[in-house]
Amino acid sequence: MSAETRQVEETVDSILNSYQHDKSLLVSILQDLQAECNYLPKEGLTGVSEGLGIPLSQVYSVATFFKAFSLKPRGRHSIAVCLGTACHVRGAVRILEEVERELGINRGETTQDLKYTLETVNCVGACALGPIIIVDGEYSGQMKTDKVKPLLENYD
Amino acid sequence: MVRLTIDERELQAEEGATIFSVARDNNIYIPALCSNEAVAPYGACRLCLVEISSNGRRKLVASCLYPVEEGLVVKTNSERIVNNRRMIMELLLARCPNNKTIQDLARQLGIGETSFKLEDNQCILCALCVRACQEVVDVNAISLVNRGINREVAAPFYEPSDACIGCGSCAYICPVDAINFEDIGDTRYIKWPTSSMEFKLKKCKTCGNYWAPEKQLDYIIKKSNLAPNAFDNCPDCRD
Repeated sequence: MSAETRQVEETVDSILNSYQHDKSLLVSILQDLQAECNYLPKEGLTGVSEGLGIPLSQVYSVATFFKAFSLKPRGRHSIAVCLGTACHVRGAVRILEEVERELGINRGETTQDLKYTLETVNCVGACALGPIIIVDGEYSGQMKTDKVKPLLENYD
Repeated sequence: MVRLTIDERELQAEEGATIFSVARDNNIYIPALCSNEAVAPYGACRLCLVEISSNGRRKLVASCLYPVEEGLVVKTNSERIVNNRRMIMELLLARCPNNKTIQDLARQLGIGETSFKLEDNQCILCALCVRACQEVVDVNAISLVNRGINREVAAPFYEPSDACIGCGSCAYICPVDAINFEDIGDTRYIKWPTSSMEFKLKKCKTCGNYWAPEKQLDYIIKKSNLAPNAFDNCPDCRD
C-alpha cells in the first residue's frame, strides 16, 4: 500500500468518525473528503463505501451526480468564469476564451502542472460587476481580456 | 376497498394499489416501459400517463406511481393524454431510433417518425437493470451515473465490477434489450451500453455442460448458506 493510499484511508476514517458513520450524511462526508484531498480519489470512495456500508455503485452515483464533486485531481487554484446573463451580454465568453488560451486548457479542465482548474458558473449574484471572474474565492469584476494575464500572474 | 372509474368502467380496488396495477388487473391497457412487477414502481418512462379528475380538477399523473382514491375518475386515452404520450414517444424514438422495441411501440401508438434530432442510443435510462440489481439480486453492481445529458448506466469508475456476479438479471429485465448476454463455451459475456464483462462458467460434474457463472453460484451458496458442493451438478443432473 502506498503512502498516499494510507493517507487517504486515514482521512476517510477520521471524516467518517466525525460523522458517526451516519449513512444519511454521505454528501457531507464526500464534501469533507473533497476539501481534504482536493478531489475524490478512488480509494477514498471505496473507503467511504466500506465504512458506511453503502454499495460502491451508489457512492459513485452520488459522486458523479453533483457538479461540485470532482473525481479528477484539481488544480491548486480554482478559476470560475461567470457566464450568467449579465456577464454574458458584457462579453464573458471572450474572457473565458482568453483564460482558455492563456492556460492552454478547456473549460472544466485542469492544467498539466495541477496549478489551475478552470470552470464556468452561471451567475454569482454580483451582476453589477460583470463580467466577473473568481479565483480562489476572490472576485475580480469588470474583467477585460487584457486583464486576464496579469490577474493569473498573481497566483503561483 | 375503494371505488374508482377507469375509462367509464366502475371498478373496485385495494387501497394502496396504483392506477396502473388496477388497470392491468382489469385488462385496461396502459403503455409503459419502466414498470416490472419484480421491482418497486419508479416513474421513469412517463408513458403510463393518465388523466385523473378529482374535485373537478384534472391533471396528468404517472399511473404507475399514483395510488387509487375513492371516487377517482381516470381516463387513459383522452386527447390530452394522446398528445402528451405522442410527445414522450417521439422523444424516446429520437433517443433510440434504432431500437426495435421502441420502434414497435411507436408504431403501435401511431407514431411514424419523430420531429426531434436523432441520437443513437439503445438505453432509455428507465433504471430497471439498476433496480433489479439492487432490489432483486441485492448486489448493487451497477448504477446510474453522471447527470443530465451525460446520464448512463455504468459500474463504478466504468471498470469491470467486483460486485457483479454475472447473473444476467439486468439483461433479462431490460425492456428494450439494451443489455446483451451470451454464453459461449465456458464463458458468459455480458454487454452493457457502456462496458462489458466476462464470467467463467461452472462445469457440471456429471454431464460436463457449462451451466452458470461460478461467481453467481458462489453468491447463492453464501447468501443461502448452502453446502459448498451444492452446485456441483447442473439442475438437469441433480436428483
